[in-house]
Amino acid sequence: MPDKRMKLSDAVASIESGMTIGIGGWGSRRKPMAIVRELLRSDIKDLTVVSLGGPDVGLLVAAGKVRKLIYGFVTLDSIPLDPLFTAARERGGLELQEYDEGMFVTGLRAAANRLSFLPTLAGMGSDVLAANPHLKTIKSPYSDDEYVAVPAITMDVALIHANRSDTAGNIQFLGPDPYFDDLYAMAATRTFVSTEKIVPTENLLDEGSFHTLMLSRMYVTGVIETPKGAHFTTCEPDYGRDELFQKHYVASAKDPAAWDAFNAEFLSGDEDAFQAAVERFHAEREKSHV
Amino acid sequence: MSNDITIAEICVAACSDIYRHSGELLAHAVGIVPTIGARLAKLTHSPDIILSDGEAFMMSEPPELGKSAAHGGTIEGWAPFSRIFDIVATGRRQSIMGASQIDQYGNQNISLIGDWTKPKRQLIGVRGAPGNTANHRVDYWIARHSARLFVESVDMVSGVGNDRAKAAGLKHHHLGVIITNLAVLDYAENGRVKVLSVHPGVDPQEVTDNTGFPLDASNAPETRLPTDEELLLIRDVIDPRGARNREVPVPQPVA
Repeated sequence: MPDKRMKLSDAVASIESGMTIGIGGWGSRRKPMAIVRELLRSDIKDLTVVSLGGPDVGLLVAAGKVRKLIYGFVTLDSIPLDPLFTAARERGGLELQEYDEGMFVTGLRAAANRLSFLPTLAGMGSDVLAANPHLKTIKSPYSDDEYVAVPAITMDVALIHANRSDTAGNIQFLGPDPYFDDLYAMAATRTFVSTEKIVPTENLLDEGSFHTLMLSRMYVTGVIETPKGAHFTTCEPDYGRDELFQKHYVASAKDPAAWDAFNAEFLSGDEDAFQAAVERFHAEREKSHV
Repeated sequence: MSNDITIAEICVAACSDIYRHSGELLAHAVGIVPTIGARLAKLTHSPDIILSDGEAFMMSEPPELGKSAAHGGTIEGWAPFSRIFDIVATGRRQSIMGASQIDQYGNQNISLIGDWTKPKRQLIGVRGAPGNTANHRVDYWIARHSARLFVESVDMVSGVGNDRAKAAGLKHHHLGVIITNLAVLDYAENGRVKVLSVHPGVDPQEVTDNTGFPLDASNAPETRLPTDEELLLIRDVIDPRGARNREVPVPQPVA
């Protein structure tokens, strides 16, 4: 089997300005944050970002990386709104395709099936159609029903974070919800997966049943071992959301001076520096509580 | 027992009533009062409904209020998000959702306030509201009934109202009731919002005054009170910490 291990910098070096990138996970859950942080460090811009969005969207939009956003929502789950995204939205100027969640998944499925569109009831009668003038409806050839024809959401690159992988890119999701990460990979030309841990293939079933092997290496271009790579979003069962840090992110994002300080403290170095800064953040909080 | 019933408890019983003829389907409930209402329905008149933990699991015994399956309860099925959209499409689901705006035909907005291109306030987005309303019964829970919420026309139709559904030919569209801290509303033959009942202790004029479109509440009956059995379940079994009373403003005893 091929050895697909690589570094964060290798994966991001193959992404070009103007590309369409899909980001797996859901809200503030199992987002490939280490890869997102590597994107922030790059000079890549004008991306079209496809996401059921969380802080991945807020961070990339605030850093000026995004020309166009295709999304079902942007939320931090335990905190309903991401202030970086809402600020960008209220400033205007972002090109947007906001879909109903089910429509979004239909678009992924169309791309994964190599169809130009798939029909769905979701969206009919709503202002999602008015807000997305590119969307067309289609009459059923078999009845008098009419459906939204959701265009395929194809991507150049999909970015995913997983619990485990082998060196060949057989991907394992150990948490309660695989979200739509398998569809992203099938809808993309290339897929990079960051993972908590790379294990020998024969050990993949040590921690979960065969049902957890939902993404085959046939869809995976490269795997990157990044412990805590989803931080501060969830990566169940390895770790939950770092709620304290998420609160700090939100409070900082609401104030320009505080945001500059946040950037300097957490986002100015590489991934190891980020993880070290998070450890310092928690150590200081603990000290001040004693 | 019934001499200190709160508005929240009346609303919980009204939410529970939504499931009276549901049978075996997934009860999706957003908010504390609707969540308690669904659990109350399962413990009383509708034992067959299927509860979720708000994450990926169907629960025959739900975990403690506000907690996921990881913290207890009994899992009876797995429903990660991909399965949820499949369930929505089969129609085997009901939702009680919230709203930032609702108009007189039940069009609901949770997406944004102002103009789409440059909103005054970006809210949560349309989320699943268009798909939910196109596929299965949807009810709304409004903790603060106000003229800013019940408006002439909404800024972005997320959940589809009766007029829009008819025009779009949606066969599975079904708006049930709107439960607020003042009243229970439903829809007339022509698809317009009307008053089904006003909560005990609420002046019907208050309902009219706090609605941004014409709404006559003068001849409405009173909303039913929870029974003693229901109160016992709400207070001792489902929500011993009283989270319900924190979701509704001025949780005064009314009866």
